[in-house]
Amino acid sequence: MIDNGDDEAWFDEDAGPLVRAYAVTRGRTKTGTTQLDLITLVAATGLQAQQLGPEHDSVLAVCVEQQSVAEVAAKVGLALGVVKVLISDLIERNCLMVRSRQNAVEPDLEMMQKVLDGIRRL
Amino acid sequence: MESAGSEPKTAVPDATAVKVLVAGGVGTDTPALVGSVSDIPLLHVEEFFVVGGVADLASVGVDLGRITISPELMLYLFGTSTEDRSWFLWDELSTGALGAIVLADARALEDSAAAVDFFRGRGIPFVVGLDGVQGGRPPEADEVRATLGLAPTVPVRLCGGARRESTKQLLIALVESLMAAARTAPPVTAIR
Repeated sequence: MIDNGDDEAWFDEDAGPLVRAYAVTRGRTKTGTTQLDLITLVAATGLQAQQLGPEHDSVLAVCVEQQSVAEVAAKVGLALGVVKVLISDLIERNCLMVRSRQNAVEPDLEMMQKVLDGIRRL
Repeated sequence: MESAGSEPKTAVPDATAVKVLVAGGVGTDTPALVGSVSDIPLLHVEEFFVVGGVADLASVGVDLGRITISPELMLYLFGTSTEDRSWFLWDELSTGALGAIVLADARALEDSAAAVDFFRGRGIPFVVGLDGVQGGRPPEADEVRATLGLAPTVPVRLCGGARRESTKQLLIALVESLMAAARTAPPVTAIR
C-alpha cells in the first residue's frame, strides 16, 4: 500500500487521478479496525453520516442495498483502497454494518453444494 | 433525539460472499466470460499502485460480476488479465478465493502459463477454459495438460468467451473438483 506519512505535497500534479482519489480520504490509506476484503458485504444501517464528505454520502447511498466493497468502489467510481477507507469511516460511525462473515470463510461441503446448486440453476 | 429507523441494527454477520477469479492470458476476453453469467451488469474497479518510486504510479483494473445464489449467499467473479503489473492485485483477489478459472487461448496456450503458475504456486484450485478453438480441431486435454504442466485433477473444458452455458460448465467443473478434493483429503484442499 501507499504510505505517504505526514509529508505535504506527496505527489506532483502529474499524479492527478491518484491525488484526487486520495484527497477524499485526506491521504489515509489504512482502514480502521474492520478488516475489509473485496467481497466483504456492507449495508446501510439507516443512520446518516454527519459531517463527512460527499464521497461518504455517495458510498452510503449505494449501500442502501447490501453490496460488496468491490461493487461499492465500482459504483462510486473510486479506487478500491480509497473506498475501503470511506467504508471504514462509515462503519466506525455506525452508518454502515458488515453483513458477511470475515474473509476467513472455510468453504465446507454444505456451502459448496449450495454454490453448485446455484450455478446449475443459471 | 428519536428518528424512525435510525437505530443502528446489530451487525450480525449472516450472509456469505465467496469469489472465483477469472484469469486470462493476453488477448483472452475475461470480461465477456464474467459477464456471461453475472446477474448484475459487469462492473469495473480500479486500484492504484506504485510501480517504482512514489511518482511512478499506475492503475490496474478488474472486472466484477455477481451470481446471487440466495439473499445470504453471493458468488463474485473477478476477471483480470495477466499483465505483469496486475499481480499485486491478484494477491488480494486470490486471498480467500474458492478457486479460479484460467481462460486460455487454444492457439496460444503458453500465454496462460503465468496464470497457471500463479494459482499452482498458491495452492488455489483452478480449472482451465479453452477458448479460441472456433472451427478448428480442439487440442486434446492431454496436450493442454502437457503444455501447461497440469495435474490430472485439473479440469480442462472447451469454452466460448461470452457463452453463458460454457461458463456455467466451467464453474460447475471447478466447484465439483473442489468438493471432490474436500472429500478425499479433508481438511486441506490445496492442490500442489
